[in-house]
Amino acid sequence: MATMSYAARDSRTMLRRNLKKALRYPSLTVTVVAMPLVMLLLFNYVFGSALGTGISGLPTGSGDYIDYLAPGIILMAATSGALTTAISVCVDKTEGIVNRFRTMPISRASFLTGHVVGSVIQTMTSVTLVIGVALLMGFRPSATPVEWFAAIGLLILLTLALTWLSAGIGLVAKNVETASNIPMPLTFLPFVGSAIVPTEAMPTGLRWFAEYQPFTPIIETLRGLWLGTEIGSSAVIGLAWCVALSLVGYVWARRTFRTGAKR
Amino acid sequence: MTATQTSAPTAANASASAITATGLRKSYGDKLVLDGIDLDIAEGTVFALLGPNGAGKTTTVEILSTLIDADAGEAWVAGRHLTRAADAVRSAIGVTGQFSAVDNLLTAEENLLLMADLHHLDRREGKRRAKDLLRRFDLSEVAGKTAVTFSGGMRRKLDLAMTLVGDPRIIFLDEPTTGLDPRSRRTMWEIIRELVADDGVTIFLTTQYLEEADQLADRIAVLDHGRLIAEGTADELKRRIPGGHIRVRFADARALDTAAGIFGIATRDEDSLTLQIPSDGSIPNLRAILYTLESTAVQAESLTVHTPDLDDVFLTLTGRPRPAHTVASPKENA
Repeated sequence: MATMSYAARDSRTMLRRNLKKALRYPSLTVTVVAMPLVMLLLFNYVFGSALGTGISGLPTGSGDYIDYLAPGIILMAATSGALTTAISVCVDKTEGIVNRFRTMPISRASFLTGHVVGSVIQTMTSVTLVIGVALLMGFRPSATPVEWFAAIGLLILLTLALTWLSAGIGLVAKNVETASNIPMPLTFLPFVGSAIVPTEAMPTGLRWFAEYQPFTPIIETLRGLWLGTEIGSSAVIGLAWCVALSLVGYVWARRTFRTGAKR
Repeated sequence: MTATQTSAPTAANASASAITATGLRKSYGDKLVLDGIDLDIAEGTVFALLGPNGAGKTTTVEILSTLIDADAGEAWVAGRHLTRAADAVRSAIGVTGQFSAVDNLLTAEENLLLMADLHHLDRREGKRRAKDLLRRFDLSEVAGKTAVTFSGGMRRKLDLAMTLVGDPRIIFLDEPTTGLDPRSRRTMWEIIRELVADDGVTIFLTTQYLEEADQLADRIAVLDHGRLIAEGTADELKRRIPGGHIRVRFADARALDTAAGIFGIATRDEDSLTLQIPSDGSIPNLRAILYTLESTAVQAESLTVHTPDLDDVFLTLTGRPRPAHTVASPKENA
């Protein structure tokens, strides 16, 4: 059907536009990659020995803190990458080009699809980089190729969920500053989970929150896939979170684009 | 819009009209922005919607260009129903908004090629159109520069060029010259005139500059507080306004006295030795005045005709002074 092929073609056009800009002006991408890298170095080398000793009997293969830390930081690379979509979408909105697209006979989905796919590609590039650095620092996953595949798949799914959510935020944010600030708490949510230290080490109230927030089951699943620790129900809960967030984000962003964000 | 209405997306009576609208209403919260707008704009003409800031001009453009839905009313654009055949409307229109919608981080040429891709032109045709438009708008030299480096006038030109890539039959221009320097404004006017003359497009223009409407538009509608308070050609609007007169200057006070005696209804000004005679400025009226002066052998030094300008129109129609000719203050981030 012509409509379908136009939808694909328009989305590719939009994707090309976003990737071209990302390559030409890599500063945002660099910032996004630098943050998890700095965290990785900071937590491993500065706090690492203290934290590693504090965590009695690390639930990982080698017993090195880097093995505990790396999955959490890799997840944060995915999170922070996905959330920059809000900024790039909001820039387009405030520049008025979104309204230009909306008056053109193009596929309604293409603008957001271009942003989301572009963002997933960028984010996965930075995730790959962070994984590479973690490996250099001594991260030693025991995963089989299938487990690697599953871990990357889960990260893509999480990125997709947060990117759609982020695209919606970009469309409703009044200005670029707001678009960059709103997702900020989400960037730090993994800290209040099992990213840096096990939730068992936290006071009861916090621990309860940490165990039920979306990032903890996803981190535990990643850890299980890479290092062979107990996954249990984490995989199902993590997947459910990703799918639910994707759906909410997708429907909300599409709807906002169609009706035009309120001024 | 009522779902029970069964008229086909193509309105039979809209063949000669580029845009027709009836009873368009829109409010944001409890603020009424448009209070029932009716429009009928003929193909190949320039229509100007004239009004001060906040009159509802942009909202009208946003509704007619499918960006937002009206709360009530119906419209046909290019013969297609605005909401039932929105995509057909979109393929016939081009919109250049108040704030140039160009991609700042792409070059002028890339911006145009992006539009060509989105209009599904093949690569060669896209490149050809981009090149033509760059030349036409005098942007060839900066084709490879990113739009962020452009001046206001250049951005507007690029913006309009992007709108033209899709070869639209109806072009919406929302305050196309607001914030431009006089020279860029003249250039933009030239471009708009050429579009109508060469391509036969229909132009829906909004402006708060009375001179601009006077210069460009075949028909002008005056919008104030969401209502159309007058519509017609510039001349028709001017004719509705009292205040047209002929001013005759005399050599001395005696001649002024004599003439004042003949033209009983005239007002005289002793200091400048002038007589102000009410007149619509038409040739027969002028001839009659000259004939009277000649037959009484009064020597007139000079004569000037004053027709009311659109500033007078605005003042008379709205009861308020015309909007200032200053640069419109940018709205808060849209």
